[in-house]
Amino acid sequence: MERASNRRWRDLLFSWFALPLAALAALLIGAAMLAALGANPATAYRALLQGAFGSADGLIQTTIKAVPILLVGVGICIAFRANVLNIGGEGQIVMGGLAGTAVALALPGLPGPVLIPLVLLAGIAGGAAWGAIAGALKAYYNVNEILSTIMLNIVAVQIMNYLLSGPLVDRSFSGFSLIPQTRRLAVQADLPVLVHGTQLHSGALFAVLAAVAAYVLLWKTGLGFRLRAVGLSREASSYAGMPVKRTIVLALTLSGAMAGLAGAILVFGSASHRMVTDGTATGFTGSAGFNGIVAALFGGLNPLWTIVSSFVFGGLLVGGNFMQIAVQVPTALIVALDGLLVVFVVAIEYPRQRARRRLRAAAEPAHAGAEAARAAPEPARARSEQVPT
Amino acid sequence: MSNFFTASVLVSTVASGIVLATPFLLASLGETMGQRSGVLNLGVEGIMLLGAFGAYYTALHTHNLWLAMVVGTLVGAVLGLVTAVVSVTLKAEQGISGIGVYLFGLGMSDLLFQKLVGTPTPVATLPPVKIPLLASIPAVGKMFFQANLMVYLAFILVPVLAFVLNRTTYGTNIRAVGENPAAADSLGVSVERVRYSTVILGSALAGLAGAALAGELGIFQSNLTQGEGFIAVALVYFGAWRPLGVMAGSLLYGMVAAIVLTWKTLGIIPPGASDLAAMAPAVLTVIALVVVARRFRQPSALAKPFVREA
Amino acid sequence: MRRNLLRGASVAIVALALPFIAAACGGNTGASSGGTNAGGGPTGPSSAAPAVFKVAVVAPSAVNDLAFTQSMVDALNSLKVSEHLQISISDNKFVVDDAANALRTYASQGYNLVIAHGSQFGGTVQQLAPQYPNVSFAWGTAGDTFGLPNVYAYQAASDQGGYVQGVVAAGLTKSKVIGVVGPIEVGDAKLYVDGFKAGVKATNPAVNVKVTYTGSFSDVGLASTTAKSFVAEKADVMTGSAQMVVGAVGICKTNNVAWFGTQANQTSLAPSVVVSSQVYHWEVALKPMIEAIKGGKLGGTTYTIDLANGGEVVEYNSAYSLPASVKAAGDTATQGIKDGSVTTGVTG
Repeated sequence: MERASNRRWRDLLFSWFALPLAALAALLIGAAMLAALGANPATAYRALLQGAFGSADGLIQTTIKAVPILLVGVGICIAFRANVLNIGGEGQIVMGGLAGTAVALALPGLPGPVLIPLVLLAGIAGGAAWGAIAGALKAYYNVNEILSTIMLNIVAVQIMNYLLSGPLVDRSFSGFSLIPQTRRLAVQADLPVLVHGTQLHSGALFAVLAAVAAYVLLWKTGLGFRLRAVGLSREASSYAGMPVKRTIVLALTLSGAMAGLAGAILVFGSASHRMVTDGTATGFTGSAGFNGIVAALFGGLNPLWTIVSSFVFGGLLVGGNFMQIAVQVPTALIVALDGLLVVFVVAIEYPRQRARRRLRAAAEPAHAGAEAARAAPEPARARSEQVPT
Repeated sequence: MSNFFTASVLVSTVASGIVLATPFLLASLGETMGQRSGVLNLGVEGIMLLGAFGAYYTALHTHNLWLAMVVGTLVGAVLGLVTAVVSVTLKAEQGISGIGVYLFGLGMSDLLFQKLVGTPTPVATLPPVKIPLLASIPAVGKMFFQANLMVYLAFILVPVLAFVLNRTTYGTNIRAVGENPAAADSLGVSVERVRYSTVILGSALAGLAGAALAGELGIFQSNLTQGEGFIAVALVYFGAWRPLGVMAGSLLYGMVAAIVLTWKTLGIIPPGASDLAAMAPAVLTVIALVVVARRFRQPSALAKPFVREA
Repeated sequence: MRRNLLRGASVAIVALALPFIAAACGGNTGASSGGTNAGGGPTGPSSAAPAVFKVAVVAPSAVNDLAFTQSMVDALNSLKVSEHLQISISDNKFVVDDAANALRTYASQGYNLVIAHGSQFGGTVQQLAPQYPNVSFAWGTAGDTFGLPNVYAYQAASDQGGYVQGVVAAGLTKSKVIGVVGPIEVGDAKLYVDGFKAGVKATNPAVNVKVTYTGSFSDVGLASTTAKSFVAEKADVMTGSAQMVVGAVGICKTNNVAWFGTQANQTSLAPSVVVSSQVYHWEVALKPMIEAIKGGKLGGTTYTIDLANGGEVVEYNSAYSLPASVKAAGDTATQGIKDGSVTTGVTG
């Protein structure tokens, strides 16, 4: 009895403190790195926190940074629930940005209330098309989505480089030579600002709305049920008469649509109001296509929790820039720290869930014996089935 | 176009295609081993970057390229141990932990480079090794038998790993653990031990792939691999988890890239279209897979941590 | 099982910590070669010292890239003492929106001059400058101040140095094949490449100049592979622009191919094959810019560095045995461009 209660306490403490402790461990290693680089870790972390969350401006920057991460994350929630691993976020963001940009360049005369929805829809369409290609390849040609999305990322970047240094390039600049960017897009297509005098644009609102919509879609509609059912078991869904192939295409299309919207928002909410390339996807996306995956999984594949996790992620990235300025350490450190944090937190997740299951089982002895709960095959299996295959 | 079909141009294009394919091949062979045992390692890109930096740094200070290759492999193996702990013992979500390892490798290799090296200084590149007799065959010799040792190693590994997977007890265990870990476990095969071994081996090969890349280029720079690790993962799917198929994919990708580069230098592709041409390897890899339309099934337990049922 | 988990976790932590231990041990060796801490600033105000002038730079690549970013950092450091500069640098800001944030942060922190060192940041400067009318912005390479009173622009007539190096290259090549590794066919790089081509053609029209734009500023692998294909094409002279050329220089070193650098002095990369580098001395543009700001004029001017004003210098590698006649041809071209008797014929 004594031992059982000891274990209960241990489980309780573990389930509460495992995540903060994992994050702390990563941050401690980060502190050691900072010290090794000759910077004061306390100063550095204070700069990070203050830069990201310590002022109205910091919070706004963090919010803006979180928008594309959230949108990609919402798309990932949809795809993962249908058991599809979409790592094509980078390419889908790029195609969304390009589609929105092309529309704004083609129809510069339209009034804002028409043009803004139009460019955002174009972004959604661009990303959706890019996701749909991967979906169709998977459903009808048995091409694994990991392969196709990685390859489509490469294709999207080259299309961007071609368009922005050729057909869409800004020819109005005086000076010696052209810059790989479009001209300033129509002023009335700028995303409206939510708080006057700040950069906080309505993209943040659209992203949160998209997250809520995805939540409703997944859990309150028949379509969402179908997506999740296909995710749990393709065989069973097929047996139950669901159109499995079309559902897979739809999952990647919706996922791509979210990323595409992120791309359009990146263009029309940017400080420069143009689309610019440095030749890489990251230069435009800021790696939101990857960070969104991490945010979605931290958010437990729930679009609403992903709002929170992507905000924290945005804060880390924004704060990292402040840290670079405050203690003059390379931002590469933030990228490494980001990775460590992901590894530590994800590594502690399974032991934590196990402790929680044990606690739950102990609280309801009538339902399940402690021993059975310890083995816990059912939740473990359900969980691993979330991972795309 | 006509100047492309001259013997010397064709020979050098094939030779450079094989060299380009080598890092892909090493990394995707390693990933194949891991995936056959049921572990998806998405961190290949990060492991390649740190392996490349380790090798470059060693070469910079010791001028010993072989030691550099060993260091790159060891760096990969250490990261493989971490990956195994996280995804096998701690049963983490493999898609996400791999992205964590990728970000870690991306940032860490850049940070170490900036702090320990700073100015990008070239080191000696891997020397070509002529294979006696074979190297003197006209054309063929220059295409296949005057490459560097990493190229030979990568291509020798193809039949070796195919043999290990299909003809040895260890290979049987790997496949069993990847298809039905519960059954393997009940037969007394340690799922954990097998997966540890394949993940560490695979990551060591990823580290070596990075080292080979650095040795091939004679330089390191932030984000040296530019996504090659992700392409290597994609090529495992292309190759349907078989070493020979993975080799076909790597060669296809490398050859198309080499042809595009040659056409650019010959002016067959005008500069304005060079961006569009650069997507050819990616597009052709997908198209090839669609046309061939093979229906190989992936290992059933891929990316699923093993939990022994009571 | 629990012991296993704990043991696993500790192995992971130790293994992940290894690189940091390496970093800590080796930290001293690299400190002298650069790092981001190029600025620093005065340790304490002394009563006699004139006011500190605060400059911030936001740059797309690393401070020690031996190319674009390094040229600006070197220039600021050369003015640091004489102009009492306090320098802060945010490098590797290749994500345009991150650069925008850094620019805004610097502007709001009371820096006197905020430099957006990358033509892709121009759109951001155009939006930001009106919000911070008391801060002076500079951006380049570009020739457009958007008609704003607090924006300077700076650019390099890189075709001039390119032309001179083209003249030298044409005199040097024996195989009559020259390879050029470019990034994306726009901007400073295109200008340099076009000038180089013009210089070669003016000297010897029979020389075949092969130009390949890799599509990336940063992909050293592509640069290296492109250089290899030039070697296979019998090129014995090469040049290129952007930070990824280090990959090509390595190949030139191995194959003993002559190399011409641009943006920063690249001799240290490969002393045996680097013939010369067109070096940007941005201080020629920055000094009058800083003086003007101190005098109250916050913008409105475009500064161009070229051979004539000393902002561009073709620096020869003394260790490279260049035939005297070839160098003389280069000097004649330099002189001709300076006095206007030679033009590169390159237009944007």
